[in-house]
Amino acid sequence: MKEQLIFTKSVAGRKEGYLPPLDIPEPQQVSLPDWARRKDTPRLPELTEMDVVRHYTRLSQLNYGVDSGFYPLGSCTMKYNPKINEDAANLPGFAQLHPYQPVETTQGALQLMAETQKALAEIAGMDAVTLQPAAGAHGELTGIMMIMAYHASRGDRRRTKVIVPDSSHGTNPATAALCGCEIVQIPSNPDGGVDLEALKKVAGMDTAALMLTNPSTLGLFENQISEIARIIHQAGALLYYDGANMNAIMGYARPGDMGFDVVHINLHKTFATPHGGGGPGSGPVGVKAFLEPFLPKPVVRYEMQDGRYILDDRRPLSIGKVKAFYGNFGVVVKAYTYLTVMGGDGLKAASEKAVLNANYLMSLLGRDYHVPFAGPCKHEFIVTPKNIKETGVHTMDVAKRLIDYGYHPPTIYFPLIVEEALMIEPTETESKETLDAFARALCKISREAKDDPGLLHEAPHNTPVSRMDETAAARKPVLRWVPYYE
Amino acid sequence: MNSNEVKYTREHEWIKVEGKLARIGITDYAQKSLGDVVFVELPDLDRELKAGEVMGVVESVKAVSDIYAPCTGRVITVNEALLDSPELINQDPFGDGWMVEVELDGLDEELLSAQEYEELVKEEAE
Amino acid sequence: MAYLPHTKEQEKAMLATIGVSSSEELFRDIPPELRLARPLALSPGLSEKTAWEQIGALAEKNRHTGRLISFLGAGAYEHYQPKAVKHILARSEFYTAYTPYQPEISQGTLQAVFEYQTMICELTGMDAANASLYDGATALAEAALMAAEATRRKVILVSPLLHPEYRQTLETYLHGRGIRIAEIPWEKGVTQPAEAEKLLNHEVAGVLLQNPNFLGSIEELAPFAQAAHKAGALLVVSVDPVSLGLLADPGQCGADIVVGEGQSMGLPLSLGGPYLGFMGVKEKYLRRMPGRIVGKTTDRLGREGFVLTLQAREQHIRREKASSNICSNEALCALSATVYLALLGPQGLREVGNQCLQKGHYAKKCLSTLPGVTVPFGCPSFTEFVVKTQEAPVLLNQRLLSGGILGGLDLGRFYPELKNHILLCVTEMRSKEEIDQLVRIWGEKA
Ligand SMILES: Cc1ncc(COP(=O)(O)O)c(C=O)c1O
Repeated sequence: MKEQLIFTKSVAGRKEGYLPPLDIPEPQQVSLPDWARRKDTPRLPELTEMDVVRHYTRLSQLNYGVDSGFYPLGSCTMKYNPKINEDAANLPGFAQLHPYQPVETTQGALQLMAETQKALAEIAGMDAVTLQPAAGAHGELTGIMMIMAYHASRGDRRRTKVIVPDSSHGTNPATAALCGCEIVQIPSNPDGGVDLEALKKVAGMDTAALMLTNPSTLGLFENQISEIARIIHQAGALLYYDGANMNAIMGYARPGDMGFDVVHINLHKTFATPHGGGGPGSGPVGVKAFLEPFLPKPVVRYEMQDGRYILDDRRPLSIGKVKAFYGNFGVVVKAYTYLTVMGGDGLKAASEKAVLNANYLMSLLGRDYHVPFAGPCKHEFIVTPKNIKETGVHTMDVAKRLIDYGYHPPTIYFPLIVEEALMIEPTETESKETLDAFARALCKISREAKDDPGLLHEAPHNTPVSRMDETAAARKPVLRWVPYYE
Repeated sequence: MNSNEVKYTREHEWIKVEGKLARIGITDYAQKSLGDVVFVELPDLDRELKAGEVMGVVESVKAVSDIYAPCTGRVITVNEALLDSPELINQDPFGDGWMVEVELDGLDEELLSAQEYEELVKEEAE
Repeated sequence: MAYLPHTKEQEKAMLATIGVSSSEELFRDIPPELRLARPLALSPGLSEKTAWEQIGALAEKNRHTGRLISFLGAGAYEHYQPKAVKHILARSEFYTAYTPYQPEISQGTLQAVFEYQTMICELTGMDAANASLYDGATALAEAALMAAEATRRKVILVSPLLHPEYRQTLETYLHGRGIRIAEIPWEKGVTQPAEAEKLLNHEVAGVLLQNPNFLGSIEELAPFAQAAHKAGALLVVSVDPVSLGLLADPGQCGADIVVGEGQSMGLPLSLGGPYLGFMGVKEKYLRRMPGRIVGKTTDRLGREGFVLTLQAREQHIRREKASSNICSNEALCALSATVYLALLGPQGLREVGNQCLQKGHYAKKCLSTLPGVTVPFGCPSFTEFVVKTQEAPVLLNQRLLSGGILGGLDLGRFYPELKNHILLCVTEMRSKEEIDQLVRIWGEKA
């Protein structure tokens, strides 16, 4: 099945009208000066509504989402996205608010934001939260900027280095670089944790921060975290928590109690807001009290005196603005709805079942796949194919073959420190039947790797396209449609 | 340094000196580890390079590598064929896949001989 | 408990397979002193029905633009969203998917992004576009970083008539990279090209403008392009895409990078987000563009299809040397814009633009006849315009609000020199009657 580009379906002159005719009398109309006027017409498609609806409906059928089936994409927490969240965000009382409306007309929205901040602070063990960042990486940027502003406010301008483990996500070093920091990468120890000796060697007077996920990208809880926090704080640096893996520990442990000073949380992972095919997300940042003055502007809070919620802009130490307005409010509404339905007990149960599901699936796969780190794992784990040398079957082939069995593949080739990694995160919303069936498929694939490796090399077989020529795509980029004149 | 001698950097560039001129490219090991090269960014003509600075970029689907200048000097020619056919770097890294020619002003002091470079590659491969 | 499938028996069987007696044991690797010894201090979970009632009540506490007659713009615009947009966006094959890492089962998202990139190029006059950035403000900041990288220069010239929040975001982003910002003087509602020319030198990486600018005035871009290029700098323009059915495209005027806020293309106001940062560039800068980019290619069997491409410079591969740290972006918002533009077509977009232009001018003219109200800038404007009042804007807006009207933005908030100036916005949503109503209530006391 293939769908033509929408532009090629266009018929000159076809149109659909959505507006009443202009009601300003002609004598009162103006015209633009010549220099301001557009001379050509942008080549947008000319179609009826039905043409457009059919086109995008068919495109949607070429996609695979959480609603299509199991989506064990490690580090992305592809849990079920409850429908009530979507409806809540679409309520006119939320969706039709202008960001510059007077605050007395948006008290319900500000209350929702303040309550979400409070709930996230409680879950993460932090004192204050901003909802402004638009995604995880944006939260990282906000957090590291606050750390740099904190050091600078103390006249401590030597701190220009940010330490990241070699298992870290690419956004961590990229963020630090964007803040003008130098990156120091430290190796992991054989258990997948931070190499303490290496850390001690590099932590010093020039260290601004250490960025860490816990559980790590290997799905393991870093149990030396208190010692790590001690080393970092003794060096005068701060500890940053990448909250991509928060789904493992809600109600069990809190980054704040582990010694982290700054945390970002992905609402589009842990708090069940949909990923949208690549966003919008939301990456709230929580901080300990001493960093509160540096939060981006404005801060949403309750003003006792006025008896109402306000947007506080007068914050001299703030890092400034990280985007226009107040963050991805629509996404926050969805997360708030999820929090309301789940409650404290529900969130803890979600983490418990996420860890249960991961450990169960890991147990089922242990016979046919290599498990580089023994359990218990947290919400995700890593396996690698066995006998790669003999079969010639790589992780990529296993992933693509999974598509034939109706699954979305796990995250592959990440973290970089495990060769041929398949990073599997089942999430708590998947049933035992689904996990059993997925494990059976993976086991069957490992047998196929021995018996019929060609089948795997050529997978997937039943998709509208098979493996794409990425080299050709990058050598001669074709990034847009252009009309083709014969 | 003898004329026509090829020297190497720790970052996998090669440099071949002929009198006042030098030709620069990346090594076979470098192209192999990058995989299919999809794009090359070369320095502007007449740019004054300083030994050790980044003078360009080679890009494959899965990696991007900076190219470091192995010498100080002025860029007098760039291999424009690479802009359209970056695969020349994979096909013939020491020949048609060369990158720039420089009017030499001085070499990086830490260049490696062929033998030293071979050892480096052996180490890295392990 | 919501959204959790296991029965007691299943759970028992799973624990047995793992070889533990309770799930508690699976958390044994968390040191006891780090375990949270109490329940989370959050409300208990609610049934969907009760939760829905509570959230509905919270929404009801707000006065929304569906029930007010809004003349507020300033970077967030109320436009008509054809009903079909929401229906397409509600296809969960789109909205519950992750970033299209597996092209074989993501052709839907990938092709939609390719179509989106094409539409952005068509509107802006650029050669290539990316799959989206967080919003208009961060898109501008990313463009400034790109200009600095491309020119290896460290000064950015900024029009003060760029959205104030965009400029603040720009400052935050550039701070860490040691890039300096200088402002170009403005006069009579527009940025002055002659002043830009004076400030341009071999240190300037880019000139940043907004069109129409924050005051609603249309800037003449070509002289800025000429001046910037003469000095070896790039011209970066932030635009309102809905204006581009009508206004000259920035590419034709000489812009090198065009960015902007795509909210006006079918996205709800939603108190400021999620919105849509877009970016288009001239061919020369295509490989420096941050974020996800979709390209067309062929598969093993020669069939055409789409993939994420030019990703080698992104954070997941290049780490600290990446051109940006962006990962998740605003894909679904880009889809919304794509469907919006496809439904409107070139004529529909032009019609929206023309109604914005005409209604804005009509409102401006009517208001200027009121005693105590003047129009300070004579230049052509689009959708938005500035008036000066004798009445304090706060009081005026209170008065309007009690008449069911959401008044304009008090410009004194961002520009001390524009005390008692109000920025008003009139899109195609407002009827002549509503504009007349605004004028009537405004005039009752002023
Ligand atoms: C560990 C980790 N950190 C950071 C990120 C970036 O988050 P976002 O895509 O929301 O910017 C991710 C996303 O995949 C991640 O897995």
